[in-house]
Amino acid sequence: MAAKTHRVLPGFGLALGYTLVYLSLLILLPLGGLILKASELGFGQIMDIALGERSLAAFRVTFGASFLAAAVNAFFGLIVAWILVRYPFPGKRFVDALVDLPFALPTAVAGITLATLYAGNGWLGQFIEPLGFKVAYTPWGIVVALTFITLPFVVRTLQPVIEDIETEVEEAAASLGASRWQTFVKVIFPAIFPALLTGFALAFARAVGEYGSVIFIAGNLPLISEITPLLIISKLEQYDVLGATALAVVMLGLSFLLLLSVNLLQWWTANRHKNSEPLEVAAAKASGGAQ
Amino acid sequence: MFQLRKSISALMLAMVASAALADVTLLNSSYDVARDVYKDYNPMFQKYWKAKSGESIELKQSHGGSSKQVRAVADGLEADVVTMNQANDIEFLAEKGLVAKDWTKKFPNSASPYTSAMVFIVRKGNPKGIKDWNDLAATGTQIIIPHPKNTGNGRNTYLSAWAWALKQPGGNDKTAQEFLGKLLKNAPLFAAGGRDATTTFMQRKMGDALITFESEAEMIAKEFGKGDFEVVYPSLTMQTEFPVALVEKVVDKKGTRKQAQAYLEYLWSKEGQENAAQNYLRPRDAEILKKYASFFPPLKTFTVDEVFGGANKAFAIHFKDGGSFDQIYVQK
Amino acid sequence: MKSTRATQEPVWVRYTLLTIGLSFLFFFLGLPLLAVFVEALAQGVPVYIEALKEPETASAIWLTVGIALAVLPFNIVFGVAAAWAIAKFEFKGKSLLITLIDLPFAVSPVVAGLIFILLFGSQGTFGEWLSEHDIKIIFAVPGMILATLFITFPFIARELIPLMQAQGKDEEEAAVSLGASGWQMFIRVTLPNIKWGLLYGVILSNARAMGEFGAVSVVSGHIRGETNTLPLHVEILYNEYNAIGAFAAASILALLALVTLVAKTIVEWRMKKETEMLNTVLAPEKT
Repeated sequence: MAAKTHRVLPGFGLALGYTLVYLSLLILLPLGGLILKASELGFGQIMDIALGERSLAAFRVTFGASFLAAAVNAFFGLIVAWILVRYPFPGKRFVDALVDLPFALPTAVAGITLATLYAGNGWLGQFIEPLGFKVAYTPWGIVVALTFITLPFVVRTLQPVIEDIETEVEEAAASLGASRWQTFVKVIFPAIFPALLTGFALAFARAVGEYGSVIFIAGNLPLISEITPLLIISKLEQYDVLGATALAVVMLGLSFLLLLSVNLLQWWTANRHKNSEPLEVAAAKASGGAQ
Repeated sequence: MFQLRKSISALMLAMVASAALADVTLLNSSYDVARDVYKDYNPMFQKYWKAKSGESIELKQSHGGSSKQVRAVADGLEADVVTMNQANDIEFLAEKGLVAKDWTKKFPNSASPYTSAMVFIVRKGNPKGIKDWNDLAATGTQIIIPHPKNTGNGRNTYLSAWAWALKQPGGNDKTAQEFLGKLLKNAPLFAAGGRDATTTFMQRKMGDALITFESEAEMIAKEFGKGDFEVVYPSLTMQTEFPVALVEKVVDKKGTRKQAQAYLEYLWSKEGQENAAQNYLRPRDAEILKKYASFFPPLKTFTVDEVFGGANKAFAIHFKDGGSFDQIYVQK
Repeated sequence: MKSTRATQEPVWVRYTLLTIGLSFLFFFLGLPLLAVFVEALAQGVPVYIEALKEPETASAIWLTVGIALAVLPFNIVFGVAAAWAIAKFEFKGKSLLITLIDLPFAVSPVVAGLIFILLFGSQGTFGEWLSEHDIKIIFAVPGMILATLFITFPFIARELIPLMQAQGKDEEEAAVSLGASGWQMFIRVTLPNIKWGLLYGVILSNARAMGEFGAVSVVSGHIRGETNTLPLHVEILYNEYNAIGAFAAASILALLALVTLVAKTIVEWRMKKETEMLNTVLAPEKT
């Protein structure tokens, strides 16, 4: 495409330059400072801290619970975003507004409230625990807290993209004979998939770092329900700032790799979709399946 | 727009608030449940100081987790005085050169104007018959405590149980650690903090006993009513200290040494001691203690210095990474 | 009718999706929120109002709103600039750049606070210089703004990038080839196209800015009535066995988040009016 050789649109240099400068000052410089601080310890010692039995267990719990929470939100978030954009129902505006609340509520309040709800005598716990399923003070509690905390991400990244899908394309697909399901799978889903991945990645990233809400519902038992941020706090309680930064840096590295792979995947799917399949072609393809 | 302007001006107000009207401003950095103590104490001191020196003084409070507060002071929070609930926190400031090395000698009673003790809170009627530490370690009993490694409250509980186990016939460090292992098995969770432990016990009705400061029992009564629980005093428990110190570096920089010194000294006055007693903290003044005897049943206590050779040492042996607490979990 | 068959799901699918979506929201969102208000109103409305009247609570509310507003323009400018560069142009290392933008989410809030302490604290890199010049950053409002900027950094950019990618650049290119200046193109074409995404981004970053506890807690110093934001105040009240006050303050944060709903409704309403007007103007030509 011509755009690669000479750019028609203005503002690339300015926009990218500003982005890089601001990013460097606010994010990269401080994070660099963090890494520099941790490097005072030396690689071997950092690995010792990161590979201790408790650290490993905490990493497993943290990343596992975060993945589950992000997956739950990807699935339900897609449905929620869809019904919020496409279906009329009473009280929709109110429901729409509620979606942002997990961000506004201080995390500690969220944790305390969820623990109260899911405890053995709570509104939900009294029904769930007799079934032999404990949520509060188990790793499941962590999943619940993280699901709550990261709920807005998927919904809010999908909403504008779904709003943006032009119904003409869907109509075109239909007029060419595609069923609704085919239209969804071949036309709509590819269009919203990059945003879905973005939402998933953001929810996952946020969940990994979350501390305030989790400690109130997790139970915090060593090797069972301790999350990595709790171990970082524990180091700070010992005035071991170096150890804390070491753990933080390892966590940062892991998150960075995971995020990078999701973003590469997203870029790849978005590009494939954009270059090879304009929506009209996709519509035709979808109908092709029906013929 | 009105809202915008108002909040911007509020922001600016907050920024310049330090240049307030009073002659002198002191900042007291304190632990998180100390508010009730200083809410009443501060106006008392203001009145006293005005009468004594004619100076009007503004007192600002900062509250938070004890070690978090101390870290902030070490990182540049300009607190004139620190009033904490763990000696090792002030020890840390002394190591950093912000507080005098011999800070425990600068004020009477190892610089701790009042004390408390770790006690058990049990359900009404004490259905499990919990009397002492070994009852907490019995099978089938559940205890609610804050995280023994990360919270002051939890650490005090841990050390109390350890000291009790040492004093049993044939007790040594090994049996004490075994005892702690049994005790901690009875904890279905480690609460995020003292307050969270209380909520878990009182509101969510989990566990048979909650272990906390004697002074907290009254706060629990205030929030949840007196009828639901009983206080049990074990045969031996830890006398918890509330050490105070001047932050030398800050008072020298701000020129507030005189006022800050007076502020802390006044804690030992009759008024200061009485205020502590009214907040269910055991006063050092024998007369006031006698006056409030109904609040404070006689109790056999130990200090960390006696049993563990100092707060710093106790912390290093038991709560640092790889310490006795970690060994209970990881060496299985 | 063929077209409704294709652009709408069958009735049973619609109701199933509505049921699943709404029950998910009810259990994971509605109930916790309800619980907050039940706790806040446990002793009736007068006690609730009384709890909010406390001067320290009031000052915490204004500080919280002030910080959220101070952060907003930075985030908008950065978000739009970053999304423009990333979504409309191809260049090497794009995925890396996006990942770096995401990174602040993955940093535990406490660590986010800690990094500013490491830089600006009295034992930190710039600590000595700052104290020599008597500049206060941490344990004062500037540090709290910095921490909030860090925490909310990715929101608007991340909201806009997928949207602008989905929209492509045909419209802007058409505008430019018709002779529009860069600014005109941005105001007339880009901005109207991204307005919803931008608004969602603003709402999200606002909510997060107001609700943030961990990072701000590390750099605030917790001075009552001075550097205490609402979430910090909530924690202190709760620790002081003032559950009503704590949950009342939390409910205020929830309500503040709802205020943005009003903004959205107003924007929507005005847009609708505009399109209606356009339609009446254009109607004769169309038919």
